[in-house]
Amino acid sequence: MKNFEFLFTAWMVVWAVFFVYEVTVARRITQVREEIERLKQQLQQR
Amino acid sequence: MKARFTITALVALLIFCAGYAALFIAPDEATMHAIQRIFYFHVACWNAMFCAFFVAFYASVAYLVTGKRKWDALGVSGVEVGVICCTIGLVTGPLWARPVWGIWWTWDAKLTSTFILWLLFIAYLLLRGLIEDPEKKASLSAIFAIFASLDIPLVYLANRLWRTQHPQPVIAGGQGSGLDPTMSKVLLLCLFAVFCVMLLVLIDRYRLEQLRNECAELKFEIESQGIDAFDGAATPALQKGGQ
Repeated sequence: MKNFEFLFTAWMVVWAVFFVYEVTVARRITQVREEIERLKQQLQQR
Repeated sequence: MKARFTITALVALLIFCAGYAALFIAPDEATMHAIQRIFYFHVACWNAMFCAFFVAFYASVAYLVTGKRKWDALGVSGVEVGVICCTIGLVTGPLWARPVWGIWWTWDAKLTSTFILWLLFIAYLLLRGLIEDPEKKASLSAIFAIFASLDIPLVYLANRLWRTQHPQPVIAGGQGSGLDPTMSKVLLLCLFAVFCVMLLVLIDRYRLEQLRNECAELKFEIESQGIDAFDGAATPALQKGGQ
């Protein structure tokens, strides 16, 4: 298939960018949830 | 959690079907052959970008009218996801252009207005990072997003209004435009698949922003009670009897 490398790269770019972005969002959500738990505990201690 | 897993699995299946259809079911285009198949993801990403930026525009207007933080959260989520879609479009475009045009990029009206749109929304995200006061940040961001959104119709209409190196529109492009029926169905499937991915990512990004707001409120509550938010100890001022 002619120009297959361009087609394959474009295909990979689309899903890789979405996947990496989703992973970073999920990681940030986990970090913020941990922070919220820590802050809630701090408030309860008070 | 189970519903979320089911939805994600369905979207993954949809992506697989769309990919299979774009690569193996859609007929070869007469002059460009296989490389034309980039079109199915490329156009789908632009469509997702327009939807995400429209969400950001709507949310920005709603924030300025109501002043509710949830609209600011939706606004920044729409912008960030729109920038991701725009970035994919700006990368896949040149990957198509190189074998077809012989060049990666040209400064025609369509490409230039799109690049400006991308820069404007990158500036929006940078602007948010520079302002600390939440109210000021939300208001200025909303105004900036509305201003940046003025470029969106220009991007959409650029190849209709001016002669561009970028191909003329194949959908709703007037006389002589149109797609083969199989190509149209495959394109619709890809549009739907990428839109669903964008929507899933947007929902997660919105959830993140709401959690951040909750976290900021908790920190404010702790600070107003005189507890150090970082180690739980009383602030030095209170330890010294408020002097």
